[in-house]
Amino acid sequence: MAKVLMKGNEAIGAAAIQAGCKYFFGYPITPQSELPEYMARELPKVGGVFLQAESEIAAINMVYGAAGAGARVMTSSSSPGISLKQEGISYIAGAELPCLIVNIMRGGPGLGSIQPSQTDYFQATRGGGNGDYRLVVYAPANIQEMVDLIIEGFDVADQYRNPVMILGDGMIGQMMEPVEFKPPKRREIPEKDWATTGTGGKRKPNIINSLYIAAEDLEAHNIKLQAKYKKIKENEVRVESYNIEDADVVISAYGTTARIAKTAIAKLESEGYKVGLIRPITLWPYPYDEFKKINPNCKGILTVEMNTGQMVDDVKIAVEGKFPVHFYGRTGGMVPTPEAIIENVKKICGGEI
Amino acid sequence: MTIVFERTKGLTDVETHYCPGCTHGIIHRLVGEAMVELGVLDKAIGVAPVGCSVFAYNYFNCDMHEAAHGRAPAVATGIKRVHPENFVFTYQGDGDLASIGTAEIVHAAHRGEKISTIFVNNAIYGMTGGQMAPTTLVGQKATTAPGGRSEEHSGRPIKISEMLATIHGAKFVERVAVNTPANIRKAKKAIIECFKVQLEGKGFGIVEVLSTCPTNWGMTAPEAMKWLEDNMIPYYPLGNFRRPEEAE
Amino acid sequence: MAKGKVTFKEDICKGCELCTTVCPVKIIVMDRSKINAKGYHPATVTDMDKCIGCANCATICPDVVITVERFK
Repeated sequence: MAKVLMKGNEAIGAAAIQAGCKYFFGYPITPQSELPEYMARELPKVGGVFLQAESEIAAINMVYGAAGAGARVMTSSSSPGISLKQEGISYIAGAELPCLIVNIMRGGPGLGSIQPSQTDYFQATRGGGNGDYRLVVYAPANIQEMVDLIIEGFDVADQYRNPVMILGDGMIGQMMEPVEFKPPKRREIPEKDWATTGTGGKRKPNIINSLYIAAEDLEAHNIKLQAKYKKIKENEVRVESYNIEDADVVISAYGTTARIAKTAIAKLESEGYKVGLIRPITLWPYPYDEFKKINPNCKGILTVEMNTGQMVDDVKIAVEGKFPVHFYGRTGGMVPTPEAIIENVKKICGGEI
Repeated sequence: MTIVFERTKGLTDVETHYCPGCTHGIIHRLVGEAMVELGVLDKAIGVAPVGCSVFAYNYFNCDMHEAAHGRAPAVATGIKRVHPENFVFTYQGDGDLASIGTAEIVHAAHRGEKISTIFVNNAIYGMTGGQMAPTTLVGQKATTAPGGRSEEHSGRPIKISEMLATIHGAKFVERVAVNTPANIRKAKKAIIECFKVQLEGKGFGIVEVLSTCPTNWGMTAPEAMKWLEDNMIPYYPLGNFRRPEEAE
Repeated sequence: MAKGKVTFKEDICKGCELCTTVCPVKIIVMDRSKINAKGYHPATVTDMDKCIGCANCATICPDVVITVERFK
């Protein structure tokens, strides 16, 4: 299939439709509104349904209903809107339903700003809703990768009966890049015999539910969920790493920030510095093991994020105190520059930090 | 010898957890019977709320979905949009629908969502132990209105049926009560008529059912039925507020 | 006058007494002589011959305890 130049937000819609998503429930919020607009135009053409809900809360509960009815369904929003959806996401995870949730992050907290950010890392990976639940969280760095992750993400959601989140940011949503839509690798997708479709008089009623009023039952349910999350950790970690075996400094960054880091690395290498990169693609399950491959003589890890330091905690967990972990970030919608990253790396190499 | 009254197939044989004399049980029966008589039980998908009827998913003999508090109309919207040929209903209490879920019910009606809602109004929060609801009457005592609801402090109770009847997409709006056999029979007719509005694809339908809460009203079941008659019906007049013909 | 018969599934009665308030021939009472599986005095009929099969009792019963038959 030929490459098409597309805006990130619209490419998300095209990828979802390619993956067979037929239902989108959303609400306008900058900087992701082009996606619901795209779905409003395109879903009817494939016999799908686009519906603008009265709020993000209603939208996620429509997703909860549609997912329980066995549909391939998604929603999208941006940071504050994703905050409104947290209870619904917790119900969807508790009821073990598949769906795709896209967060095109913007500056926070509160109303924040409309420029890009990565300030919802904790919310996405630690869970913004109640209970011990997890989302599979993908952080694409470019639009082609986002498209691929969405197409595969729907299968991952169905395979594990779990919500999947695409964590983008204002930049990736608003910029245009050439993309193509390739089918995902084959996966074992179980039948949705649990869905609410009407008994047809042929089976016992199906019940979509996350309530277990007896404590023993809820504990057993949680143990079952944890077993699923363990399997996901074993099979679904995705990471890109570069030159970490003999680097003096390793940069860890995800999403569009990682692209800025690559520019900095290229410049540093031209000046003779040995710099590596670890770019998590799954933020959950986090690629902790990748950090074990780092050159034992590495002088330090520099975590770069568009926030005041969130993934840096996971980097500290990953290195288990073996290396000093440094942080450099911009927030509020400000974007870190290659030069600033270069300056930070040089400080680490020079041992001043 | 012919059987003139027996347990409907619309209900499972699970004994309900409701308090003695709570009219939820009656309303469940009417909904079950209506689905069977309309021949839609096999394609029915119900959405249970959070509140006393949170376990309704164990009682209705059809596919069920447990919604978050107040969100049943949104969940039902998601289900109906995926399965337009199925019969989709929500069963909600007044804390669920008239408080946290007002936006969802208003917008389901506003969209003319082809779902049916059974709205059980017992003027109190039952499951959580008797707090004031948006439908608690002025002067009626509740654990969060110890001196009785005061209009100056928290306004007059919401009249949901009258409110929703102003919305074009609401093609059927009726308020009934289940405090006497005669009223119960009328309530069943209204529920069947409301369900037909969905089945004929006309739009959104709701039946508000005045209901009792003996435990939290602090009365016996018979006293509660009398209290409903003397206090709730005068403030919440029974009757139809909107039928498809006039809703054109 | 129509003739009827009611049967109570005693063990699911919650003793709420609503049925006793709507029987037009006043033949339903709470059976104080026994306790059912739920620990309530179940409702019962004293004089079945008077039953007219109107089903008022079954209609108001929240727990569908009562089945009603009518002799045609």
